[in-house]
This record gives sequence, C-alpha cells and structure tokens, in this order.
Amino acid sequence: MAELGQIAEKIRSKNAGPFWLTVDIFCGTPEAFGQVCDRLKTADVAALFGVTPETMKRFEIAALNVVKISLPRPQIQGSRLDRDMHGASWAALLAELDIS
Amino acid sequence: MFYESHNVSQIDPVRVLVPSGALGLNYDKAALDRAIAVGPDIIAIDGGSTDSGPAYLGRGVSKYSRASTLVEWRGLIEARARAGVPLVIGTAGTCGADSAVDWMFDITAEIARDTGQKLKVAVLKSSQDPGAMAAAFKAGRITPLAGAPQVTAEDLKSCANIVALAGAEQVAAALNTGADIIIAGRTTDTAIIAALPLMRGGHAGAAWHGAKIGECGALCATNPQSGVVMVEFDGDGFTVVPMAEGALATPHTVSAHMLYENADPFILFEPGGHLNVSDAQYTALDARRVRVSGSRWVPSDRYTVKLEGARVAGFQCVLMAILRDRRYVQNAESWARDIVAKCRAKVIDRLGLAPEAFEVEIRLIGQSASFGALETRQSAAVEIGALGIVTAGSEALADEIGKMLNPYLLHHPLTAEEEQPTFAFPFSPAELSRGAIYEFCLNHVLELDDPMDGFSLEVTEVG
Repeated sequence: MAELGQIAEKIRSKNAGPFWLTVDIFCGTPEAFGQVCDRLKTADVAALFGVTPETMKRFEIAALNVVKISLPRPQIQGSRLDRDMHGASWAALLAELDIS
Repeated sequence: MFYESHNVSQIDPVRVLVPSGALGLNYDKAALDRAIAVGPDIIAIDGGSTDSGPAYLGRGVSKYSRASTLVEWRGLIEARARAGVPLVIGTAGTCGADSAVDWMFDITAEIARDTGQKLKVAVLKSSQDPGAMAAAFKAGRITPLAGAPQVTAEDLKSCANIVALAGAEQVAAALNTGADIIIAGRTTDTAIIAALPLMRGGHAGAAWHGAKIGECGALCATNPQSGVVMVEFDGDGFTVVPMAEGALATPHTVSAHMLYENADPFILFEPGGHLNVSDAQYTALDARRVRVSGSRWVPSDRYTVKLEGARVAGFQCVLMAILRDRRYVQNAESWARDIVAKCRAKVIDRLGLAPEAFEVEIRLIGQSASFGALETRQSAAVEIGALGIVTAGSEALADEIGKMLNPYLLHHPLTAEEEQPTFAFPFSPAELSRGAIYEFCLNHVLELDDPMDGFSLEVTEVG
C-alpha cells in the first residue's frame, strides 16, 4: 500500500473561482513525478471526489514535477451543501488515496 | 546594490510595486521602504476576491476589519506620497461592489483628514444593475463560461449584487485622470498591475503574465508572508524581485505560481483576450531575481467582462452540541439520522410546511463533516461535534425550526428505554441565527461595445 501523500512532496487544493476546484500535486523529484503520472488514475480521483472523469482537466508538468487536476467544484463554493469554502481539504482526502 | 535594473530593451522599465496579496493581510514594512527607495512607477494592491464566499458580495461588505484596513492603507498612502506615484486598489472591500468601494473611499477620506493631506481620488465602480443585466441576458449579450449554472433573466434580476470585472482598459482610464489614489470596484486580480505597463506600450504578454505572477505579492517567492514584491516590466519580458530580506524568487517559485488558484496553468482569460504562457522562459538573473519572457497575449474578437453575482439562497439557523459519551460517539450517525427524521416530522406537523420548504442537516465534526458520504477514513473519535444546520425561506422560520431542533440535540436517546441523556451545549442561546445565506449564481461574461460601458469613473479631492 502506497498513499499518494507518501510519494508526493506536497498536495494543495484551492478554489479556482467559485465554480472550479484545482489540486496541485508537487511530486518533488522526476522519479516521484513519473510514479504519480503512471499510477494516479484520473478516474480514481473522480470517484474519490464524487464527480465524473469527463469533466476533469489533467496537466502533467514535467518542468515543475507537478500533476495538476482541475474540476468543476463538486458543490458550488458557498452553496448550501458546500462544506469547505476554500476547497482546502480535498488535498487531504486525495493524499490518502492508495496508488500502489 | 540591492536592486538593479536589467537592461534588455530600449524602453524604460515600468516598475510595479505590489505590497501584498491583499490589503488586510499586512506587509513587511522594511521591505516596503526598500521598494520605495528603488523607485516604483505605481503601487498596486488587491482588495479581495471571491475566495471567501458569496456572502461578502451578497451583502456588499468587506471581510477584513475596518481598523486593520485603515492601518495598512495609511501605510501605503504614506509610502505613495514618498514615491510620488499613483496608488491603486482593485476589488476594494473584498467584493468590489459599490457599497464596498464607498466604504474604502470613506477610510481614505478619514486618513487624508487625519494626516492633513490633500489627495485626488479616482473612484472606478463596477456594480451592475440587476434589471439591466436581465435585459442584457435577454438580448444575448451575457453568455455562460464552462461550469456555469443555468440561469434565467429572473435569476439575474434576483441578485443582491452583480459586479463586472474591470480589465486594464478601465484601470487605465482611472490612471489617466492623474489621480493620486485609485479606488476600484471589482477588477481582475491582474488588471491593476498590467494597466500601467500596457499604457506605456509594453509587451502585452509580459504585462499580463507579470501581473499574474505578482498578484499575490511575494507568494511567488520564498518567505511568502513578507508580501512585498516588485515586478519590473521591460521591452519583451518582466523581472520578479521580492523585496523582503532573505526572500528569493527562483524559476521554480515563479513558474509554479501559474498553478495557483488557476484551473489551467498555461492560459488566463482577461477582458479583451487571453494570456498563453506555454512557451514562457524563466531565467534566474541571480539567486533572488527571475526574468520571464516568451509569454503571449492573444486578443479576442469580442470585448467581454466577467460577471459575478450573489443572491439570497435562504435563511439559516445553526446549533452545536458536543457528544462525549462513548456509546453516543460510536453511534453518532444513527443518532443524527434519527433526530433529522423526527425533527422534520415535527416541523411538517406543527408548522404545516411542505417537506421541500426547509432543510435540517446534522454534520458530525470529528467523523465526516468535511466530506460526508465521500469520507474514506474511519477512526475512533474521543468526541463528536454535532453541527445542526436549518435552512428555510425566512429568518423567522429558520429560527423557529432551530428551536424545534434544540431539544433533540440536547436530549435525544439512542433507544426509547434508556434514561434521558443530556449533551454539551457550548453556548446559550444554543440557536445562532445566521440570517440570509447567499449563493454565487453567475459564471458568465458580458459583451461590451466600449470597455467603459457599465463602469463609472469619478474624481474627487479629499482632505
């Protein structure tokens, strides 16, 4: 078992405006970046976040050893069912995803 | 020498001083003094964003304290006087609605009076009349962006506040008045930084890219809390210079900032076009400065400005109880489910409300409050906070239902046979009336024939 948060150096989730959420996975090294690119499946992230994979955008940025995933916010920021105004905690959920 | 210009082109560099990511977050005073000594051409600071949620726009108020805003703004007005350059704030008062701009103007006038300065202040307003926006929607001049909610003309009319995000053109118009201080309503975060280099004929790709990198102050460098950064625009690029002692900009910290709060790390839409940084080159000039070139600006056919709108989405009353008893902690989920069912039945019975006319929710803090059904982790909690949230069509109704929820949160037993339990209420009254709650309902753009359509500009002398 290998959690994403054990392989990546840092994971950050933020709003990208009220309607989008963006997650930046800073892998730290080219090796970790390669592992995350290979093993982190967009469909698994979609299932974890309760959204459909077709709506997600994925960027693999080798120059920064970063994998970035952006998606329409599962709940619009600040709407009645939104639990996290700044989209801060999605990173913690993703960090615990098993990608072994 | 602490700072030296990087001579790569014929035109004079334009130095934009960004004291911090937002007024209210404070800035390093020594770094600000150092930046003033270098000689900026303008001081630009952001006053807000949507990031704190829809209530600030809905109510048209600032999230930061007036006293903190006044202290920080006074420091920048004083720095501006020493530098002899304009000071501009974008998205004044968190949301940039007219009422928040008026609040910022009032603070500015108070500082001018207290410090005996005469200041020429240009006020750029961005609020849009909901009725006029409903008409523009019917005329096909408002179109949705990706992920936008479905709206009707009636939805637009029902907004408490709608603002349009001004771009560089409107900020340039304000700068052209020759004002000492510009208080702008909602602008894009970048427009207040990009405006002056663009006015001086600078490279458009560099102007917008440098603005995006600088918009959060020193967040694009090490020691991000220091705030102060100088962005120096030259003929075809820009240089990032953090001003705090020991703060460093590296190609990594600068290029990584394009990721920040941005769904696409290579593209940034602005009024009148978009920025593409796919081919940008980030070069370390030394250990602390980075020069960026190769950014491209792609003009659009239509001139559009983004709209933000917030409307009332109901009224809320919230309560909190804390479970510490081991058995209740272990069975909190079924306890909460039972309470919601019983409370809902009582509301329907006693208030005669339709089931869809109100909501009662209990979030279990310590168990699943962050993600609800999506939570993947389980662990044995010592205690659980039960956050009761009631939403209804009026404040009186929400409060009334909150009072019906109260006895359940205080005494509801897991089984009918056991002795009546009592749980910990942290305060009295237990019901906290939240009043109106708001929701963002626009992720749309408005087409304009002229960039100043829908924006107003007024110049006043204060002090």
